[in-house]
Formats: sequence, structure tokens, C-alpha cells
Amino acid sequence: MSDFYSSGWSIYIAVTTVVSIIACLVLLAVAARRKVVPGAGNTTGHTWDEDLTELNNPLPRWWMWLFIITVVFGIAYLVIFPGAGSHAGALGWTSIGQYENEQAQAKTAMAPLYAGYAALDADDLIKDAGAMGIGERLFVNNCSACHGSDAHGGKGFPNLTDDDWLHGGSPEIVEKTITEGRQGMMPPLAAAVGSADDVRNVANFVLSLSGSPHDAGAAERGQPKFAICAACHGADGKGNQALGSPNLTDKVWLHGYGVDAIVAIVTNGMTNVMPAQGQRLSAEQIHVLAAYVLSLSRNTATTAR
Amino acid sequence: MTLSTAPAAPVYRDDTVRGFALAAVVWGVVGMLVGVFIAAELAWPELNLGVPWLSYGRLRPLHTNAVIFAFGGCVLFATSYHVAQRTCQVPLFAPTLAKFTFWGWQAVIVAAAISLPLGYTQGKEYAELEWPIDILIAVVWVAYAVVFFGTIGTRRVRHIYVANWFFGAFILTVALLHIVNSMAMPAGFMKSYSAYAGVQDAMVQWWYGHNAVGFFLTAGFLGIMYYYIPKQAERPVYSYRLSIVHFWALIFTYMWAGPHHLHYTALPDWVQSVGMVFSLILLAPSWGGMINGVMTLSGAWHKLRDDPILKFLIVALSFYGMSTFEGPMMSIKTVNALSHYTDWTVGHVHSGALGWVGFISMGALYHLIPRMFGQTQMHSVRAIELHFWIATVGIVLYIAAMWIAGVMQGLMWRAVNPDGTLAYSFVEGVKATYPFYVVRFAGGVLYLGGMLIMAWNVAMTVASGSAVAVPVPQTLAHA
Repeated sequence: MSDFYSSGWSIYIAVTTVVSIIACLVLLAVAARRKVVPGAGNTTGHTWDEDLTELNNPLPRWWMWLFIITVVFGIAYLVIFPGAGSHAGALGWTSIGQYENEQAQAKTAMAPLYAGYAALDADDLIKDAGAMGIGERLFVNNCSACHGSDAHGGKGFPNLTDDDWLHGGSPEIVEKTITEGRQGMMPPLAAAVGSADDVRNVANFVLSLSGSPHDAGAAERGQPKFAICAACHGADGKGNQALGSPNLTDKVWLHGYGVDAIVAIVTNGMTNVMPAQGQRLSAEQIHVLAAYVLSLSRNTATTAR
Repeated sequence: MTLSTAPAAPVYRDDTVRGFALAAVVWGVVGMLVGVFIAAELAWPELNLGVPWLSYGRLRPLHTNAVIFAFGGCVLFATSYHVAQRTCQVPLFAPTLAKFTFWGWQAVIVAAAISLPLGYTQGKEYAELEWPIDILIAVVWVAYAVVFFGTIGTRRVRHIYVANWFFGAFILTVALLHIVNSMAMPAGFMKSYSAYAGVQDAMVQWWYGHNAVGFFLTAGFLGIMYYYIPKQAERPVYSYRLSIVHFWALIFTYMWAGPHHLHYTALPDWVQSVGMVFSLILLAPSWGGMINGVMTLSGAWHKLRDDPILKFLIVALSFYGMSTFEGPMMSIKTVNALSHYTDWTVGHVHSGALGWVGFISMGALYHLIPRMFGQTQMHSVRAIELHFWIATVGIVLYIAAMWIAGVMQGLMWRAVNPDGTLAYSFVEGVKATYPFYVVRFAGGVLYLGGMLIMAWNVAMTVASGSAVAVPVPQTLAHA
């Protein structure tokens, strides 16, 4: 047991625990037998604050039994379950074992349900109302916390309904994204771009790529500096899905819109993480979920809910 | 026994008692008001108005700190100073130091009321306050211990009254809990990092957290119970030997129970089991206190009919018995698997907080405050009766709503479809809880309403009375 780097600790804990439980019983027995010389009217004979006295009634019998039953239960529990140091308990129960057992049972129970879907490709799954129902429940359980229950995302969390893909929108890529997660990273580049004015100029040029409102003069002065950005975002600013670098020409602003937002990102860089789901969901579940996610951006009859 | 006749008869040092008693009423109103506001925020989240310091996350610790440490703490200071003097038959030891505990504790409360909304927090539940405030708490607490144990040490009555055992255990243990759990490395003014890491940090935190309940909110208030119930009922305590066995069993067993807050977490299984077993064994020692308080009324049950203060005190014990039954049940792993992280926990805490801690405090204050201002009873006894019924209905609404909401949430969160997905997304559970949040809010409004009636009644009582010095009786009953 990794909790105990020396068996002495296990013995120490087991002995202390059991002795402490028994000590409760001893206390009860001693108090029940204790003779107190009764004063007038069955009191202890002490008086405080003029009129405060104490009777010395015996311990209620039902209450003593309650005490004894809880102690006996406690000892029995420590025999059956882990508790007395490294003693594993008669049943060999562990919380992690219970968890794994329940997980295994659940996996076995749902295997037939997913077996039929594993062979279908995304296009067929999208046409299958049953698969899309499962996909929606998986999405609401696992994805909606960040991407929103309508999948429209938010600042820093991509919109999944707009057919704009940072890493690619094929079923295989979406499955890979869900399974392994993604880590998008842009380094701070203000120093490479130049002065604060240079950064603002390049930000205006970035805005000009999508035809967004911008200062044309500043954009013109910023254009040469865009060469630094082009390494990842491409000379035309259309991004690179292999790198996960966003398309700058499409008016989708994941981390905020406007000169100030772009200046902030060029200055500070940006790291954005989607956690991997491969440990939480089975490959079959991810297969169905990816199809559901794709259905959100495909205007098909099945997805109109 | 012969007595020395002093030139001027000594008087009880009640000015600090008066200060804490009145402060308790004020902080009670404030803390409960914040509670009602955050209950409203849960039902209608727009109420934060987009203002950071009105957000739930910052006001929730303000609410818990205000009701536990400001309201509850002031009640404990007031009653323990009062009870220790009366049952030891001596004036308070080091009265100037007692005054320091009053102003020091008020400073802690004000610092909490400013720093928590500003977002300063250690992120430990019920131990949110940052390190400079933690140091002030520790200093005040040591002063408190000196005053209390000094008074006990200079007592003129040989036997130490049972209420003082509980106050003593509470003061010693809270010092230990606070200092160990607040160990941190400062990283600037109002920023620090815990001395513990990972699951050890969690374990230390819940060792602290559960014993804050066990000693601050239970042992301390049992001390209150042991003085004010027999005094108000004018009956002897039911059983001396029951008080002995439940005292030692309670303070010993509570220390082990913390791990039940960390079931099914990274905490090793054996620690969880030990926490659960001792939480179950805690049932009988807890009920020992309830039995001793309730049975003190045997032979005087008719007094419950006419005396609303006694109603507060006895109903407090009923809620104590109920929540100390519920607690051990919730510590059982399989029950906890359903109840953990749901509003059931919130309901459980409030049946203890509103029912037990709140009612025993109100009953004790209604007994104490007129006597501190030269009177025999509160300005309006009918107002006490009204307070009792409004607050009782409030509690019932609150805990019933949270029980239903909690069990419903637990069932919704574990419901699974055949395809392995959850039957309900989280937000569906939130939506289903909405009506219960509204009922809980209504319960909270009633409870706050009762507290406002109390504040009025206290103000009228104080206005029509005056602080009189009570001489220490020079004759000793045989003790």
C-alpha cells in the first residue's frame, strides 16, 4: 500500500484506531458503574450560582445500547472494509476497484449499442436519428461546458457551427481533435515586429485582410511587417490547418476583434488548449460524437431539431 | 467555610458580557441578511448586478464568517464570561484583557467584512481569512483562554460546573485547530500559501472544518445549554454521569470524523473508513447532550407552554438531535455518494445552524440580556413568542426545501442513459432546483424577520434598563 512507506505506520494506525474505539466502550462501562455519593434528593450535592444542581440519574439503557451498537458496527466495518492501517478488509473492496468495476459493467452494457455505429461513416451517421441523439447527449455532457449547449462557443472557445476549422474539418481530423485534444500556441512577437507603432500597423493590416474596418494608411505601413506573421498564417493570411494557425481573412475572431485585441495577442502571444477526451470516452463514442459535431455545420434535415 | 470580608463587596465584571451580547444581536442581523441576499442570488443570479464584491463567491464566505464567528463567536464570548463568573463565584479574571478580547474580536469581524468582499481569501472553507487576520485571531484567542481559565483557576467553588468543561474544551481545541490549519507562508500583505500540499492540505482543512463544527458550534453551545436550560427551567441537570460520559466521548470522537468530508476523493480508502466509523460512533455521545438537556425538563414540561425562552432552548436540542442523527448517516459512504456536493449538505448544515446554534443562542440571549440590564425579563415576552414561531416556520421551509432539492440533484446527477451518457446535463439540475431555491429564500426571510424582532426587543429592553453591577455573593453554597 503506497500510503505507508514503512509497515510501522500501518501498525500504529491500526492499533490506535482499534484501541480508541474500545476506549469509548470502556468509558461507557466506567461511567455506568461509577458510584457517586448522592446528596439530598438524588443530587450530586454540588450547588453553583445559588440554585444550579445536578441529579445523578443512571444512563438511559436504550442510549447505552445505541452506543454499543455503533461501536460493534465500527469494529465489524474495519474487519470487512479497509480502515485498520494496511489491512485490506475481508471483501477486498477499494474505491478505485468499485469505480473500475462499474465502468467495465457500463462498457459491456453499451457495447452492442455502439457496435452498429462503428462501421458507419460520418455521412451515414448524420442521417441516423439514433446516432445523432447519442451524439447530442455526448456533446451536452462533455463539450457544452466550453463550446456552449448551442455549440456557438465563446471568446477563446471555437464556434462549431460555422464550418471554419482551425485544424481541419474532415471526420478523421475531428475525431483526432476530440481524442487527443489540441494545443494552439502563438508566441509573443511584438519584439520581432518592431516598435509599438509597428505592432499597431500590422494589426491594421491584419484587419484589412478580411475587409474589416481599419486605418488604411497604417495597414499599408504594416504590410511589410506581416512577413513575420506569414510564417504561420501564410503570405495570404489564410492560415494553416496543419499548424492550427487561424485563417485571418474570414472575420472569425476567436480571441476578440479590433486593433487592441490583435495588438494584445501579438504582444503577449496566446496559448489555447482543448483537453483530450480519449481517456473519458470510448473510440466508438468519439466516432459518433465527431459525426454529430460535423452535423452542426452541415445544414442537413437531420440536424434541424 | 469562613469568608474574608472585603472592604467593598466585589462585583461581577459584566461590561464585556454586555458588549458581546449586544454585538451578537447586531452581527446576527448582518450575517443573516447577507445569507438571505446570497440565497436570493442563487434563485435570481442577476442580483449580483455585475459588481464583483456583490458576487456569490465573495459574499458566501462573508455570510458563513459573519454567522459563525461574528454572531456565534460573540454569543460564546458573552455566555462563557457570564457562566464562568456565576458558576465560579468570582469576578472575571483580568477584566482589561477581557475588554481586549472584545475589541480584538470586533476588529477581526470588521477586517473580515472588508477583506472577503474585496476577494482576499485563503480558499479554505471556514478559514478564508488571510494571514494578518489569522494572527490577530490567534492573539485574541490566547487572551480569551487566559481570561477564561484564569477565572476557572481563581474560582471559589471547588467543583467545576459542567458548562465550563465544554467551554474549556471549545477554547483549547479551537486554538489548536486555528493555528494548525492556518499555517501558511505569506507572499505579501494579504496573500499566502498553505503550509500543506495536495491531499494532506485537504485532510488538515477538513480536520479543522469538521472540528470547527464539533467544538465551535457544538461543544461551546453545549456549554451554553448546560447553564441556561437548568436556569431557565429552574430544574437540576438530569444526569451528572451522563454529562461525564458524553463530554469525554464527544470531544474524543469528533477529532477523528473529518475524513467523511473527503469520501471518494484522493484521500486513501483507509482514512475515509476511519472517518466514517468514528462519525457513526459519534451519534450516541451527541445524543447524550440532547437527552441531558431535554430530560432536565422532566417534571416541568408545563413550563414549555408559557415560556417562549424555554421553547427556544428545547427546540434547539430537538434540532441538535436531528442533525446529529443525520450527520452520521450522511457520513456512510453509500449515502454520501448520493448526498455529497448536493444541497442536502446545505440543508443538513442549516438544520444544525439555524435550529441548534441559532435557537440555543437566542434562548440564552433572551435569558441573559434583561439580567445584564437590571431587569428580570425582556421588554416583550409576546415578541419572543412571535420570534420563536416565525423562525421555526422559516427553518422548516429552509431544510425541507434543501432536503428535497439535494436528493433530487443526487438522483439526477447519477442517472445514466443506456448509451453511457448522463440523463441530465448539469444545468438541467440547476433548473429543477429553482423552485426550491425560492422556498429556501422564503425560509431565510422568515428567519431574518425573527432576528429583526429580537433586535427591536433587545433595543427596547436595553433602553428601559440600565447596566447594574451585580455583587458577587459572599456566602458559598456547599459545593
